[in-house]
Amino acid sequence: MPLRKSELQPGQSFRTVLVEDLKRTQLVQYAGSSGDYNPLHTDEIFATQVAGYPSVFAHGMLTMGMTGRVITDLVGAARLTSFGGRFTSQVFPGDDLSATATVDDIRDENGVPIVALSVRTVNQDDREVFSGYATARIDP
Amino acid sequence: MAVDRFPVEAGHILMFARSIGDPNPIYADAEFAANSEVGAIPAPPTFVQASAQFDDEYPLRPKIGRPWFGSGREATGLKREPDSSRGGGESGMGRGLHAEQHYTYHRTLVAGDVLSATTFPGERWEKQGKRAGKLVFSETITEYRDANGELVVTARSVGVRTEKAVEG
Repeated sequence: MPLRKSELQPGQSFRTVLVEDLKRTQLVQYAGSSGDYNPLHTDEIFATQVAGYPSVFAHGMLTMGMTGRVITDLVGAARLTSFGGRFTSQVFPGDDLSATATVDDIRDENGVPIVALSVRTVNQDDREVFSGYATARIDP
Repeated sequence: MAVDRFPVEAGHILMFARSIGDPNPIYADAEFAANSEVGAIPAPPTFVQASAQFDDEYPLRPKIGRPWFGSGREATGLKREPDSSRGGGESGMGRGLHAEQHYTYHRTLVAGDVLSATTFPGERWEKQGKRAGKLVFSETITEYRDANGELVVTARSVGVRTEKAVEG
């Protein structure tokens, strides 16, 4: 499973479909697992009538959590050294999301081979919802 | 936020992986995980966010006997002056949004670890937004340490408060 340095080249990219037709129930699942019960994400009445949004919308951290899969599927679940980014658009029920990880750089840090990836998640209209990066240890 | 004890449990990791739609057996199957490189069930990359479950004061969880701002008989359980709902308080009336999140992993977090978390305020800045009026950004740094006091994950979060709801 772990990637080898010799198998990677800058510019290579890997795409994963994260979700199709995101369901409100998944927002409820994420609220329950993460402990973030903000009604903006699960309470349609509050989100529309009180907060003024068109509907409930996904936790940013659900989008980022789903996005993590494109990296762990690629490098393995125990190889990350960093992962971060910005939430650039809201994600609503019904959205389709896919994430692409692109190899920016392969380098050695203190003798350990590291891959640096940029990570981008878009919705069905190709609108970016998350823009970030990750670094991970790879095999020589 | 300060969390004295955040036990990282296999059942919680299973639930969390399901909720982010990750079917990797390493999160669900202890035997599969034991035979993997890490030798135990690892936590998904964003799992430490679930430390909120162990924060007694976490504001986005209903507390027994306390008012809750979600809908019930009314559209919100809180009674406030309209003005104070405009960008007032934390995420209290739904104007707080998460803008950025960054993690540095010092080692792989696994089921069986017991973490503690300490949060420090970071920088704070303002910006005029096109769609949501004045935006106030604030940064928080959270250090997650294991039972030996060793740093496992450092998290940097940027929150933003907006004057009005963001359209799309």
